[in-house]
Amino acid sequence: MSTISGTSRNFFSQVQEIFNRIPNMGVYGVLVLIFVGCLIFVPNFGSPENVRNLGQHSVALGLVAIGQTFVIIAASLDLSVGVSISAMAVLASLMMDGRTSMMLPTVLMVIGFGTFVGLINGLIIAKLRVNPFIATLGTWLILQGFLFSRFDNFAGGVPREFEYLGYGQIGPVPVGVIMFFLVAAGGQLLLSKTRFGYHLFGIGGNQQVSRLSGVRTARTMIIAHVLCGLGAALTAVFIVSRLRAGAPWVGETYTLDSIAAVVVGGAPLSGGIGSITGTVAGVLIFSILNNIFNILNIGAFAQLVIRGIILISVVAFYSFRLRK
Amino acid sequence: MQETSANNKPILEMRDVTKAFPGVVALKDVSFECKPGEVHALVGENGAGKSTLMKILTGAYKADEGTVFLHGEKVAFEHPQQAQRAGISIIYQEFNLLPDRSVSQNIYLGREPRGKIFIDEQRMVLQTEQLLNELEVKIEPRTKVGELGVAQQQSVEIAKALSLEADIIVMDEPTAPLSLYEVESLLALVRRLQEKGITIIYITHRLEEVFHIADRVTVLKDGTLVNTAPVSEYTSDELVHHMVGREFDHYFPEKADPENIGDVILEVRHLDAGKELHDISFNIRKGEVVGFAGLEGSGRTQLARVIFGADHFYKGEIRLNGQSMRFRSPVEAIRAGFGFISEDRKKEGLILGLPLKPNVSLPSLDSRQFLGFIKRQEEQEVVEEISESIDIRAASKRQEVQFLSGGNQQKVVLAKWLATNAKMLIFDEPTRGIDVGAKASIHQLIRDLATQGVGVMMISSELPEIIGMSDRVIVMHEGRVEAELNSDQMTEKDIMLAATGTTQDNGVLTGE
Repeated sequence: MSTISGTSRNFFSQVQEIFNRIPNMGVYGVLVLIFVGCLIFVPNFGSPENVRNLGQHSVALGLVAIGQTFVIIAASLDLSVGVSISAMAVLASLMMDGRTSMMLPTVLMVIGFGTFVGLINGLIIAKLRVNPFIATLGTWLILQGFLFSRFDNFAGGVPREFEYLGYGQIGPVPVGVIMFFLVAAGGQLLLSKTRFGYHLFGIGGNQQVSRLSGVRTARTMIIAHVLCGLGAALTAVFIVSRLRAGAPWVGETYTLDSIAAVVVGGAPLSGGIGSITGTVAGVLIFSILNNIFNILNIGAFAQLVIRGIILISVVAFYSFRLRK
Repeated sequence: MQETSANNKPILEMRDVTKAFPGVVALKDVSFECKPGEVHALVGENGAGKSTLMKILTGAYKADEGTVFLHGEKVAFEHPQQAQRAGISIIYQEFNLLPDRSVSQNIYLGREPRGKIFIDEQRMVLQTEQLLNELEVKIEPRTKVGELGVAQQQSVEIAKALSLEADIIVMDEPTAPLSLYEVESLLALVRRLQEKGITIIYITHRLEEVFHIADRVTVLKDGTLVNTAPVSEYTSDELVHHMVGREFDHYFPEKADPENIGDVILEVRHLDAGKELHDISFNIRKGEVVGFAGLEGSGRTQLARVIFGADHFYKGEIRLNGQSMRFRSPVEAIRAGFGFISEDRKKEGLILGLPLKPNVSLPSLDSRQFLGFIKRQEEQEVVEEISESIDIRAASKRQEVQFLSGGNQQKVVLAKWLATNAKMLIFDEPTRGIDVGAKASIHQLIRDLATQGVGVMMISSELPEIIGMSDRVIVMHEGRVEAELNSDQMTEKDIMLAATGTTQDNGVLTGE
């Protein structure tokens, strides 16, 4: 019994270990299923042009959803990302106003803005102990008020060079996709390899247990929100490059879409579970849906209905699996 | 290393510890000491003060009076983490583990070994493997804790204590959730810890384990110290006597007149449910109070939940007034006339943030509505009448029930079921944690209900309450009915012996 060594493990436990190491088999199953289904049934779906398109359209949602993953694992959430993206897009567009020299200061400014909003959210939740839903709803309303009091349309514009981020390619791969990939890889490392990541799962799983184990729960929660704000900032930078200017509504859809992508990616809102790889799969599922909606010319209202059905069925599937 | 166990200087000493909670003195002048490397059993009935004493030791509670010495030095921990750092680990019945994280991640939570930037997971897994090997426990360090069985989760907690280099490990009723086979391996594990020179404080209800594993035993009763002695100086009869011998603290209402005991209202036949309940048969008649005695984990609460439709059963039959019942949910049980006063009023009995009225009227809304609209006038009258009749004292009608005293909270729970005009009431620990005055009035109320013809099933872990209230006692042990005693047969000793499964044999672990 005491002769357990690395070499004498049996085949079964090795297989089990491999499965343990690949999280969210479920969501990748769904993703592969949808992808293969589309390859067969949707004309032109597999063309290089369309795949590139697909990737390009995943970037904006992907970046903010990665940020959202951190807070959802901590059993929190951020409803303010959408309006904050709008605000940052307008800010960036006005600050650059076509000037190449302002590109770097603008990006830094936007990142500063995003992390600041995240910091405020984190402080309200961790220090004032306001429920995350309410806290971030509050910041949403405040930002929305400021934004709409000053702007009602596209304002400013980006210099040509800045469009490289949204439209450029390195070889066959769009620059945005590379950025998305790097951010995702960094996020996954942060989650699975660092003390912060471990503590994040801890406070999401059981705040009390973590506190008693010496985890600084408030600090971990605040950092998670700062990272979420950072994700929103990156999305803002990317979409302003795509749209060539910012308007006060461009971020609107990202709040609920990012939460949906994270949840479909296998992170329940109750916290303690989740991964960036899962979130990426969740984002890809929604992008593929959008993509085929466009190819098949499905009406906007029907799109909403289908997305709602998919969201509910995937989550119902998870919770069914948990019960067993 | 072995030399230390020969050293007789106590590693831990608690002197004259006193702790009072509002309305009850939990500990009075209790002294307790442990020698290095011993297994020290701490026994006593529920409410004897064992857990309170340990919570004071680890800093979860602060003692009103008394001092604690660790390695001869005075300590006063303010937070369990301080105690942990000083080498005291406690393993509660409720494990403090994250089910979605792996074994090694749980063991090293908050203390993860790091390389330059990243967590050194390789090392973490390796160290976990070493710990588990040391304990001779076979668990894969990368398995999620939620996928492990209870016994294995317990081993993870023990490994965690070991990794913290604890020299005192407190185990709070470690065998309560375990099966017989698992108990044996836990006891073996305790011995291995002892061989490492670790001191074990072993809280238990099960006397056979005391004789099996402990070097010395300390008996607490009603918050006072009865005795500390080597186990070899005790027989199991004497130990039981020390644990339960006492005077009654108040008078109970008179028992039922045999002439007033009527037809069978509830009949349970050969019931099997879950892993816990096996072949349970009994009946309850109109007008009598039937007490259910047994240790925690003997299946009494589980049985109540099955009867009430909160859990399901596989085999057997439940009859109410002769009619076979199979409830799919509590809703159906309530409609049929059942009421369940659960043991945890804060989690299962009350909506703490709501005031009296909505709490009381919740289960009876069905019968006081028209097309979905509540008949508010009637609701108001019923709630007022009941709260007056059982004397619920609230500062105002709007006061949230979380601010009421324990006794008044328990009365609110009772009021809920009185408002439904239930025919069959199940009480689970009806007077746990409430003061003597409220206790007496709840006892009177239970008796009055029985006299009015309501069937009463009363689960209680307090022997005086069982004996003082019950017209008949059913004693459960490990999911079975171990004994049924009439009012002239029930003594504390007989109930305790049946509850510990020592009716047939004396003191040794057996299969039955």
